[in-house]
Amino acid sequence: MEPKVLPSLQSGSSLAVSAKKRRKWNVDHWLSFAFILPSVIAVAVFVYGFIAWSGYVSLSNWNSLVPDLSFAGLKNYLFLFKDFRFQADLRNTLFFTLFFILAVLFMGLMLAVFLDQKIRGESLFRNIFFFPMALSFVVTGVIWQWLLNPATGVNLFLKKIGLDSLWYTSVTVIPGIQWSKIQFGVPVAVIAVVIAAAWQMTGFSVAMYLAGLRAIPEEIREAARMDGAGEFQIYRKIIFPMVAPITVSVVIIMAHISLKIFDLIYAMTGPGANFVTDVPGVYMFETTFRGNYYANGAAISIIMLLSVAIFIVPYLISSRKGES
Amino acid sequence: MAIRTVSRTVLYLLLIALSLFYLMPVYVMLITSLKPLDQISLSEMWQLPHSLDLSSYQLAFEKLAPNFMNSIYLVIPATLLSALLGSLNGYVLSKWKFRGSDWIFTALLFGMFIPYQSILIPLIQFLREAGLYNTIPGLIFVHVVYGIPITTLMFRNFYASIPEEMIESAKIDGAGIFKIYQHIIIPLSITGFVVVGIWQFTNIWNEFLFAVTITTSSQQPIMVALQNLSGSQIVQWNVQMAGALLAALPTLLVYIFLGKFFVKGLLAGSVKG
Repeated sequence: MEPKVLPSLQSGSSLAVSAKKRRKWNVDHWLSFAFILPSVIAVAVFVYGFIAWSGYVSLSNWNSLVPDLSFAGLKNYLFLFKDFRFQADLRNTLFFTLFFILAVLFMGLMLAVFLDQKIRGESLFRNIFFFPMALSFVVTGVIWQWLLNPATGVNLFLKKIGLDSLWYTSVTVIPGIQWSKIQFGVPVAVIAVVIAAAWQMTGFSVAMYLAGLRAIPEEIREAARMDGAGEFQIYRKIIFPMVAPITVSVVIIMAHISLKIFDLIYAMTGPGANFVTDVPGVYMFETTFRGNYYANGAAISIIMLLSVAIFIVPYLISSRKGES
Repeated sequence: MAIRTVSRTVLYLLLIALSLFYLMPVYVMLITSLKPLDQISLSEMWQLPHSLDLSSYQLAFEKLAPNFMNSIYLVIPATLLSALLGSLNGYVLSKWKFRGSDWIFTALLFGMFIPYQSILIPLIQFLREAGLYNTIPGLIFVHVVYGIPITTLMFRNFYASIPEEMIESAKIDGAGIFKIYQHIIIPLSITGFVVVGIWQFTNIWNEFLFAVTITTSSQQPIMVALQNLSGSQIVQWNVQMAGALLAALPTLLVYIFLGKFFVKGLLAGSVKG
């Protein structure tokens, strides 16, 4: 982009200055490349180059401690899609992602609307809903493992009202239709992990929605009230449509978090009995670094990458276009 | 007016109930960590401890202190370096745009969304070759490199709010790329550095995947050590909760004192700034 010269300063007397400036600009132009070059090279190698290398490993025979990079074709991928554990992972990821996003959206929008009612102590409430985001997923996992322990925790209350849940130790899959090697349906144990994850991440959607609500000018609400609209109508007809684009952002950010989730589940439940809480992130880690099945692990990681890219690439391209 | 009072009351009651739900884990963590092991019975889980017992903190501290220090040695240089790099990149990509610079920016951004599993196997091979495997400097390097996208994004969005006219008039006065950075950008970047610094500090402190795959035993950061606490045969819940609190304390304190900037970073990180 050519530097924009302010019109008032572009008078004839400054021709010499302008020539000097142009030369200077050229030098600076090259310097600006030099500034970002290290980062560009680093990302090119460590992100794109390494992804390509992982892709290559996923097509190789390297399934032992000794690297064997001979070409194996799609063998590892075919193995995974026939593998009980990986099939369970796909099922768990599907339902985890679905429930996690719904919980974060619902709770986030509700809390943001509550907080937007000019209430007293707003910043205190806001901080209570936000602080879990400053915690590590490992800490969250450790705490909720204790809270949702089938023998203790919230079950002490639930038992009093006649409910009793095994939480993350349950192996029940509802409805459990036989599909390939696994029972397809919602694994009850996943619900426990969803609660912990939503507890931690709701603050993100509250912050996003609240920022969106605050950006709506008060005049719009006033005008609607003048026209006789009730508060519920104002939200339903005017405000919710205006914050809809935020929902898209929240869904994409949450989807990419949930598709690559590892630490929360590793710390809280692990793979679980019958792999009811296993996810690709955990499988990849265990099979690669505990089992030395490097090619299988690489194949899992490439599938994870592709699943994230489906959401992220269109998002990045559209926000790129929206800017220019 | 009566309807309004009722609905306000319901609103506050709902907010208080939800707040209690969000605070419940902290309550349980605190009371459990303050109990001796023999009081961690099922029936007493929700009750306050009979007397304060700090022995679990002592035990957790003994076990976690070296790893806590590892995390400190990791997080401070990694945060500073990645903030500096992000500032330079953000400056060029917002104020010295060239043909294709926006596409370079988008290509960089992709790096912050990838599952790190997809670069982990080559990364570990690389770190072994470079002699950085199982070292804190190795982890610092990793966090700086993979922090480039997010820090660049935050600074680029931040610098977009610095008026173009300021840069232009400095150019007319003969200032070059360095001078403008030094005299205009840096002094206006204080908030940017605080936001990015807090963001990177929190993320690197809390990070687990790189930590658990790149380091072993004595080099491990705090989160891996915390996870290992629960791996032992008999789970001592009081020690584990005390450990969780110790591990969470630095980021919690940062949140309590600088929460405003943390939330700014959160919103800046969602691409559309």
